[in-house]
Amino acid sequence: MNLSTTLAGALVASTSIVGMAAAQTELTMWYHGGGNEVESDLLDSIVTDFNAAQSDWMVSVESFPQGSYNDSVVAAALAGNLPCILDVDGPVMPNWAWAGYMQPLPISDAALDGHLDSTIGRWAGEVYSVGLWEAAVALYARQSTLDALGLRTPTLDAPWDTEEFMGALEAAKASGDYEFAFDPGMAWTGEWYPYAFSPFLQSFGGDIVDRSTYQTAEGALNGDAAIAFGDWWQSLFTEGYAPVSQDPATRDTGFIDGKYAFSWNGNWAGVATLDGGVDDVVFLPAPDFGNGPVIGAGSWQFGASGTCEHPDGVAAFVEHALQDEYLAAFSDGIGLIPSTTEAAAMTTNYAPGGALEPFFGLSEAQALVRPVSPGYVVAAKVFEKALADIANGADVADTLDAAVDEINTDIERNGGYGH
Amino acid sequence: MAAISSDNHGLRLVTRYVVLTLIALIFVFPLVFMVVSSFKPDLQLLRDASSIRAFLPVGDISTDNYSAAFERAPIGLFVFNSVLVTGVTVLLSLLICSLAAFSFAFLEWKGRNTLLSIIIATLIIPFETIAIPLLLLVSKLPWIGLEGLSVGWLNSYRVQIIPWIADGLTIFLFVQFFKDLPRDLIEASRVEGASWWQIYRRVVMPLSGPVIATAAILKFLVMYNQYLWPLIVVQEETYRPVMVGLQYFFQLNTAWGEVMAYLTIITVPVLAFYLALQRAFIASIASTGVKG
Repeated sequence: MNLSTTLAGALVASTSIVGMAAAQTELTMWYHGGGNEVESDLLDSIVTDFNAAQSDWMVSVESFPQGSYNDSVVAAALAGNLPCILDVDGPVMPNWAWAGYMQPLPISDAALDGHLDSTIGRWAGEVYSVGLWEAAVALYARQSTLDALGLRTPTLDAPWDTEEFMGALEAAKASGDYEFAFDPGMAWTGEWYPYAFSPFLQSFGGDIVDRSTYQTAEGALNGDAAIAFGDWWQSLFTEGYAPVSQDPATRDTGFIDGKYAFSWNGNWAGVATLDGGVDDVVFLPAPDFGNGPVIGAGSWQFGASGTCEHPDGVAAFVEHALQDEYLAAFSDGIGLIPSTTEAAAMTTNYAPGGALEPFFGLSEAQALVRPVSPGYVVAAKVFEKALADIANGADVADTLDAAVDEINTDIERNGGYGH
Repeated sequence: MAAISSDNHGLRLVTRYVVLTLIALIFVFPLVFMVVSSFKPDLQLLRDASSIRAFLPVGDISTDNYSAAFERAPIGLFVFNSVLVTGVTVLLSLLICSLAAFSFAFLEWKGRNTLLSIIIATLIIPFETIAIPLLLLVSKLPWIGLEGLSVGWLNSYRVQIIPWIADGLTIFLFVQFFKDLPRDLIEASRVEGASWWQIYRRVVMPLSGPVIATAAILKFLVMYNQYLWPLIVVQEETYRPVMVGLQYFFQLNTAWGEVMAYLTIITVPVLAFYLALQRAFIASIASTGVKG
């Protein structure tokens, strides 16, 4: 091959690359993973692959730290400065859709086949967002603890009922081996409360709002079941089973250090627990308080912003990102639960026999998304305050009644939030 | 009697130093904890937190947290952005606010006192109440730059600087200080034929070192600690300041050692600035009673 042939080949190649780039329409994307190098690298690789795999769209990513992401999006929406592709936390999606920050995602049904239902964000009968992963909460315990206290190991098919769970806490407390029998995670605030604790309420038979209409919390949050839940929740602290307050450091290491017999924690803490030397850790299902065992669901998802002129481009990107190899890579990289069985089988932790496999089963069997309503973002904060007050000794019935009033007032002020 | 008095004096001195030392320790301990913790691995840091070891450089000490922090976030860029925004704002604020204060203190014009009252009254308005209207305003403002005319100031340095140049507190500080300057100096300068600009530049400002230092330090702290405003007007990492950057370190499992390393790094410019102006700042507090 002579020089002129080489130059001609290079010219043709560069012309075609430039032509392809010029033909691609840019889709800006905001992502909440700023500061997480592994996560950012994984997303960048998906974007790079997508940009190279087709000639219509060119995705460019701007990363934000998670703690300030939602505020940035809301401010940008006010200023008319939203990107095309939005990353959204599952329970927040209905609010953003209702407010016009997001629009339906024209993704094919086939692309969603086999995905955990809780990873698909639906509002008003349409798909608005889709996630690559899920998160789940389990009751952390040591097998040696269960054995020493003579406790049955609960399973997905036969979780502990109320009596067994409280018996386990009482046994742990009576043993004198632990500072507290149960660590619900009181050091964490904000979304942790509705995500981790509203499933207890739902298992009692209550809820944050009445999901049949989404127009009131009356009965759901202050009915007999809710009051029974409130009494139980308060008893955890008054009876000395759980600490009413906790510093973040103790939350991170308390179970590993043996201060707590049981800890209510997410799959994201699983690897750290194993690395911390708790070799016989077991991830137990949520107890059944009478209305079935429940855990929270709904993690981060991708969707199209309300001002995006190319939702078809967003759908193309999301469909590309939903490939099992990417789901597995994300799971291996940041420890979250992949959204398909096939992808789970490709991972280190969630494959059959993997250290965190129980979490995938928990997501399949016990997951319940938080109330799918634009009003959830307000109700969640009201719920958090009510539970904190009850934990600190407030009257259960009065507190829940006040919470119901506050949630109902907000729903009324917002015209029913479009339900 | 003399011996007893001397003993009492000595005892009082010792007591005073003991109390002052204890107070100083209360203020220094958080900083010591931050710096010491920045050299410890997370697990040790958390376990030491509930004992005296939290303040001692013991155990597994290394600079790993610093390396990891620099890998997690573009710290150099964040510090540069904050120092640039803060520095420019402080300089422009000292100029604009001192000029305004000069006008209020020395020039006679109609409505002067009313306007000064209004400006001082703005001190009671929390920024949060005007953040959204200000956001809507700056998102529509025009700008002429190297690329010609554009609309919207979002994602820029100017949007972090210009709205913060003039503020009621800085103007108030200068006005109060200027009012205490001898009027004879100003009148003598006028008699000598000096213009108001010359009096401002050659007479008043050279005498205003203490208030300049005070205003500069207070403004520096406000600007360097900016969080809400840059959070809502800056979406591009290129323009992000240090306080928003802090959020990079709070993940599902927070790396506390890296948090401490980051905090140690971003504290350096504040300490350096304060130490540079410390003498004038203390002089200002002593003479005006103004403190931060």
